[in-house]
Amino acid sequence: MLIITCPCCGPRPEGEFVCLGEAVPPRPDPATLSDGEWVDYIANRANARGPHLERWWHVRSCGLIFTIERDTLTHAVRALPEGAG
Amino acid sequence: MTATRLPSGGLVNRGNPIAFRFDGMSLQGFAGDTIASALLANDVLLTGRSFKLHRPRGFFGAGYDDGIMVERIGPRAATNQLATVTPLEQSGDYRSVSTWPNARTDLGAVFGVFGRLLPAGFYYKTFMLPTFHLFEPFIRRAAGLGRVPEAAWEPVSEARFGDCDVLVAGGGAAGLAAALTAGRSGASVMLVDDGPSMGGRLIADAIADGGWRDAVLAELASLPNVRIMPSSTVWGYHEHNLLTVIERRPGDAPDLDFRHWKLRAKQVVVAAGAFERAIAFANNDRPGIMLASAVRSFINRFGVLPGQRAVVFSNNDSAYGTALALARAGARVTLVDARVQAPAEGEGALKAAGVELITGSRVTEAFGTKRIEAVDIVVGSETRRLPCDLLALSGGWNPAFHLASQTRQARSVWHEELHTFVAEHVDADFHVAGAARGIFAASEAAADGMRAAAEALLRVGIKAHLPDTPDLPDLFVARKVEPLWFVPPKKKSAKLFVDFSGDVTTADLGLALREGYDSIELVKRYTTAGMGVDQGKSGNVGVIAIVGALTGQATSQVGTTTFRPPFVPVEFGAMAGQRSSERLYPWRHTPLTDWHISAGAVMYEAGLRWQRPGYYPQAGEGWHEAASREARAVRNGVGVYDGSPLGKFQLRGPDVPALLNLIYLSDFSKVSPGRGKYGVMLSDDGLIMDDGVVFRLDEDRWLLHTSTGAADRVYGHLEQILQIHKPEWKVSVLPVTTQWANATLCGPKARDVLAALKPDFDISGSALPFMGLVEGKIGDIPVRVCRVSWTGELSFELNTPARHAEALWRCVMEAGAPFGITPVGSEANHILRVEAGYISTGHEVDGTSDAIDLGLGSLIGKSKPDFIGKRSMDIRRKYDPERIEMVGFLPLSPNDLVPEGAPITPDNDLTNQEGFVSACVMSVVHQRAIALGLLRNGKARMGAVVHARIRDKVIPMTVVPPVFHDADRARVKS
Repeated sequence: MLIITCPCCGPRPEGEFVCLGEAVPPRPDPATLSDGEWVDYIANRANARGPHLERWWHVRSCGLIFTIERDTLTHAVRALPEGAG
Repeated sequence: MTATRLPSGGLVNRGNPIAFRFDGMSLQGFAGDTIASALLANDVLLTGRSFKLHRPRGFFGAGYDDGIMVERIGPRAATNQLATVTPLEQSGDYRSVSTWPNARTDLGAVFGVFGRLLPAGFYYKTFMLPTFHLFEPFIRRAAGLGRVPEAAWEPVSEARFGDCDVLVAGGGAAGLAAALTAGRSGASVMLVDDGPSMGGRLIADAIADGGWRDAVLAELASLPNVRIMPSSTVWGYHEHNLLTVIERRPGDAPDLDFRHWKLRAKQVVVAAGAFERAIAFANNDRPGIMLASAVRSFINRFGVLPGQRAVVFSNNDSAYGTALALARAGARVTLVDARVQAPAEGEGALKAAGVELITGSRVTEAFGTKRIEAVDIVVGSETRRLPCDLLALSGGWNPAFHLASQTRQARSVWHEELHTFVAEHVDADFHVAGAARGIFAASEAAADGMRAAAEALLRVGIKAHLPDTPDLPDLFVARKVEPLWFVPPKKKSAKLFVDFSGDVTTADLGLALREGYDSIELVKRYTTAGMGVDQGKSGNVGVIAIVGALTGQATSQVGTTTFRPPFVPVEFGAMAGQRSSERLYPWRHTPLTDWHISAGAVMYEAGLRWQRPGYYPQAGEGWHEAASREARAVRNGVGVYDGSPLGKFQLRGPDVPALLNLIYLSDFSKVSPGRGKYGVMLSDDGLIMDDGVVFRLDEDRWLLHTSTGAADRVYGHLEQILQIHKPEWKVSVLPVTTQWANATLCGPKARDVLAALKPDFDISGSALPFMGLVEGKIGDIPVRVCRVSWTGELSFELNTPARHAEALWRCVMEAGAPFGITPVGSEANHILRVEAGYISTGHEVDGTSDAIDLGLGSLIGKSKPDFIGKRSMDIRRKYDPERIEMVGFLPLSPNDLVPEGAPITPDNDLTNQEGFVSACVMSVVHQRAIALGLLRNGKARMGAVVHARIRDKVIPMTVVPPVFHDADRARVKS
């Protein structure tokens, strides 16, 4: 069980959060993308071995959704500068 | 008598005898015994049969490296109790497992004769045969471990959370020194050891420590910042230094069987010791063959001498202590040292104790069946037979690397002197100390424990106060091991076991390699080596080394398998504690549950743990009769149901219409206050996520409804859109599901009942039309009435704040009585919605269908360039235009109810599924079975006959449109 630092509430146990997966960019306008680019946006993830950006929702507390950097090998977690991700 | 209790010595209390039974024999042990030590004291060596071959087995280790389990018939019946660690209990009645009728006379031993029929990979090969079902019952009976008792013991367990600065796993010399260092320095410390007394091999090896252990324990006990936890095991390391610890029979809580901890430690010191390993030779599994360290444990910890005529076989110094302990206890001992050169001080000590020493020699084979009777040794070219009733083995030591390995950060490296894997030092919040990193001498281990504690303290910013290093005797420890993994047998058919729990032999390893399973992880899975009760604690490194020898690789290149929690067997009941079933996942109830139950409702879950009435049976009614009666009442008169669990969210802000237009198919731009619109919500992969009605309460506020089971999912969806994708939008989302309760009137007489309730607002069809909403009062009760329908009848949803729910419900029942109002449960709701052809999340909405498939294409807002799911829906249709579409079915035989989920396949074709039946009910309107479902190309196949296939029957059905009642929605809109 990870310890995740919420920008609003501080370090809290993972059980208070829901993981929303890899941080994808905000939804693009579908009209600007080809079929292949759209499917790539919807379905394909980097699934990094090592540091990657992921979103967590502090659903059992303040409700904030935020992004952290987590190393998928070591679980080392690094907070991001405010407003990032 | 050969194995016997010594007149003195050990930590057992000879003043407190314990009577017990094993396989029907009446025996006696002492307080402080384990089941294993008590059995050995009674000369019971044969205690079980092996898992696969049913070979006679006895104790091999004296702790978690052993795999002998017994079934406890009473008290507190339980299966699979590990005999070497389970304390002996007064009046305990134990039985051997994997045996029939008992361990001494086991009919399954026939496997031992036909053993070659059960080679490595036997299970894999057999499971794949089409005739597997013929073997299955036989295999299950033969291969099972203990039997599950009829009345299972339910352990009393509590769950506790905790934290500390330094957790020390292991209470031997290194662990005690680490705990003392951290404790003296003022850190909060937890010291955990699986034995009943702290000390580890200080006790088991009877090390003359000059009172050091007692002094350390006394000081630790006096420190308020130190918690000492005996009979406890750190069984798992999880992310960010979360440790799971099982505490057995905690001393401070006599009513508890277990206390299960989740501990967050800032620093962890792993001082878990090491496991001795064996040397494989022919018949090395005979009862009476034990690890040399186990023999010392039995003598020193329990005062039990396991044999009178002992042979000790070793490739390192540590077994010399065993030979001396045996001799001191009165046994006749021969030490067979594989090395040519014995250590000088060992040679002298053995001579003084009268132990015969044979160097440069190996044990090649053991004799005897139910207990060892002799061994053959080779000295040069000569073979000698030594009669014996005990063989003590040491093939070196494997550090208990398990917890460090579970961190996934520590790596192991091959140690060239010890010929084993040791943890490599890493810069992290856990530290390995003592024998767990290959430092076996007690004083050196203690010094290493202090070093590890000092490093841990440094990382948390606490100044370390180092105690003096104790002066402990360091004789006869393994500093250098001469590698010897197995002794080649004379006969090719001989069995050399490398893993006792899984009955794995050297021949099995060779077979696995010959069949192409060439990586150690594959060899492990194919042969089950290391996958048994002991999880390869003593056998693992030997397996790796033998695989290396057979493949011509250095052992270090073979690599290790992955260690995973639990480190020792842990009862599920201990982990769960009090958090079983409803206490783990509490039910949700509407404010009307008490009323429903008093009206005789059968309650069950309606999604997301909500309890709802299924049906309200009257005298003599089963569920089918009750549900049909309730459904008929709605079609012909009036019914009322509790719709409170429906998900509800209040949205507020100027950008709500933009949000609704993004998440739903329909166009919400023109919805005026007091009106609502049905919406279908897709995920961005184009599939249906949920459906529901959204009302506009006023200029600013909206009320969004979801399915009961989809409320949490939709909430997450809304928050992600608003926080990630459209942070500029001004919308707040307030979950109000439990703020409101409702009574939903439905049926042709619904308006009459509502009128009889004397509302202070106009309920005529023109003032409150379909999809209209009005707020007002019924008596003193505030209500918000919505006109929606999920039944195919005129319907009014009477919503009220939860605190008024019961009062409103009673008013409705009273006003409705003259109209024959009938409470309606989920079963009748299901019949009504299938007749009306309304979709249901989890039935037709199965995660593969889009809106057009379900006949909802007309809802799509034509002027909207985009909504969530649109692009993916278009792409999917563009590349695969043939869809699986929603249709209705009429079984040709009108009473054939099709089980929901039944596949539809072309006639006479078992495999080619072209759809499924999503719902099937006995219609109260048509008096026959009707069904909904999804069918490939369904909309073009009206009138065709298709076939639903269940286990032993094919049901032909006609394809019809998916609406069986009120097709023009005239009744709904009346």
